[in-house]
Amino acid sequence: MKREPPQSVADYGPLFFPAGMLLIFFVVPFGTMIAVSFFQRQEGGFYTPAFVFSNYERFLSAFFGGVLGFSLMLAVTVAICCVVLALPFTYLLSRLSRRLQVIWLVGLLSVLSLSEVIIGFAWSTLLSRTAGLSNLLVKIGLLDQPIALFPSFGAVLTGMVYQALPYTILVLYPAIVRLDPTLMEAARTLGSSPMRAFFNVLVPALRNTIMATLIMVFIFALGSYLLPQILGRPQHWTLSVLITDQAIYQSNMPFAAAMAVFLVLVTLGLVALTLLIGRKGEKA
Amino acid sequence: MSGLVLNNVTKQFGTFTAVDNVRLSVPHGTFVCLLGPSGCGKTTLLRMIAGLEDPTNGAILLDGADITNVPTHQRNLGMVFQSLALFPHLSVGENIAYPLRIRRAAREEQKKRVDELLSLIHLPGYGDRAVSKLSGGQRQRVAIARALALSPKIFLLDEPLSALDAKLREAMQVELRQLQQKLGITTIVVTHDQREAMTMADTVVVMNGGHIRQAASPIEIYRKPADTFVADFIGSTNLIETQADSSGAATIFGRRVPGLILPAGAQKATISVRPEDVHLTAPGTGAIDGTVTFVRDLGGTIETFVEAGGQQIIAVSTPRERPEVAAGQAVGIALSPDVCVVLKQ
Repeated sequence: MKREPPQSVADYGPLFFPAGMLLIFFVVPFGTMIAVSFFQRQEGGFYTPAFVFSNYERFLSAFFGGVLGFSLMLAVTVAICCVVLALPFTYLLSRLSRRLQVIWLVGLLSVLSLSEVIIGFAWSTLLSRTAGLSNLLVKIGLLDQPIALFPSFGAVLTGMVYQALPYTILVLYPAIVRLDPTLMEAARTLGSSPMRAFFNVLVPALRNTIMATLIMVFIFALGSYLLPQILGRPQHWTLSVLITDQAIYQSNMPFAAAMAVFLVLVTLGLVALTLLIGRKGEKA
Repeated sequence: MSGLVLNNVTKQFGTFTAVDNVRLSVPHGTFVCLLGPSGCGKTTLLRMIAGLEDPTNGAILLDGADITNVPTHQRNLGMVFQSLALFPHLSVGENIAYPLRIRRAAREEQKKRVDELLSLIHLPGYGDRAVSKLSGGQRQRVAIARALALSPKIFLLDEPLSALDAKLREAMQVELRQLQQKLGITTIVVTHDQREAMTMADTVVVMNGGHIRQAASPIEIYRKPADTFVADFIGSTNLIETQADSSGAATIFGRRVPGLILPAGAQKATISVRPEDVHLTAPGTGAIDGTVTFVRDLGGTIETFVEAGGQQIIAVSTPRERPEVAAGQAVGIALSPDVCVVLKQ
């Protein structure tokens, strides 16, 4: 069947509803935020309409630059950790019997039902000195006395990877299941050990999926603002934490909006860059 | 001995026995076709030879060495999959060079071998093309070249031509056979197409229900089928029941057939007669009598359907020996004993 390009306005009919939803729930709020980012803040009160750049100027400091850098670094690290863990896991999962696959997937979905707060406090208990995992290490003789593993960068990373891993697996799963299993078998008959075949057949064949998954987890991790506060020290706070702080505790909406707009722009820029590099690599 | 030997190989999936106690010996340099209906165990047998499945029981020997527990990537074999399994992220040349790259062959050596193989499969200069830009037949050749890149000891093909259209398939059968003879490589092909098997194989192995029913040259399989299944599966045939009478002579529909001998002590047996061996004569002069029910004139051949003894018997003749018969006519059927093959029960 050949698809005709839409001819009249009526042919675009099916698009009206999603377009309307997108306009009301995305474009309007985002436009409002952009507008607010140029408003003038009233000391001790709210804000008045204006067109000033002071909110953006304030942001251009070493402190906020550092926070932005840390946020991006954290999100990239989480994305890479998630994909590195999820790829072999999902591949092995796809080779299990149908029944076992369903059980695993239901388990993973149930992790998604946990709220960020619960995940944060669960990990803070697990990593604590009094009741945490280090007590087990003491029991088996690896440590002399229990230590606190949080607050630390490692704790923030662990919590965020734990939170994002089910998403990563669920995004990779359909692509890996659809991949022709004889590709891996062919690699083996051609002299590749299963381990090498994983790296030189499965990973390159799933290139685009892996790229898309990295971007998805990166964006997901960028928005995290609870886990860095629960599991990290102030130097591990991300830009999202500062935006929340400005918007809710400092009542500085224009500045929070400016930071949010900036974060969105930087994110879009990075995603565009990644796609560009991906496309170039494909041509070569 | 040199070549591939399967010693009582069995494969069970749960309670289902896919391959049951198979013994087979494939001498070096021969072309073997595993032929059978789907689910007969032929693909499982091939995958066990490749090491992609572990036999539940039995041993696989290659040139005298037991390779039953040798992992696939150390077996030195080439395999063409039904799906072809060409790597989508690599070009034609990179696909063919993959096994060489895995073994860290020098770049010039890789290039030389790829060029050699591309001209072998009649696709010179295609090295830089994307696999997705090739036609079905071209992909087929690339898969063959990739499997042959390391000059493997055994060349395995799993229904390699099933995705091609009929005309191309016939041409590829001839080409594949010529390639195998040129390289002198031990080749095992799984197929469900008996024409394919007859065209290519030195030895046809007919399988059903996980067992080997007969392993012999194509012409012997056709002329001397071992049992009812083989006779029926290979080509078309007339299966006729015969009984021994009180004196021990063979009878068909109560009539003696002079010269036809049943196995000693057998009370009855099934015989197979190829349609082209059935000759129509005047009524009363043949071994049995019947009535013509239908004549199908296909130009090149003429099929005459004869009803005899409550059974349909088909006779095939060429226009030159055109039998002057029409539906409803009574005819005799001549069965010379040397074309009647007595089948095992």
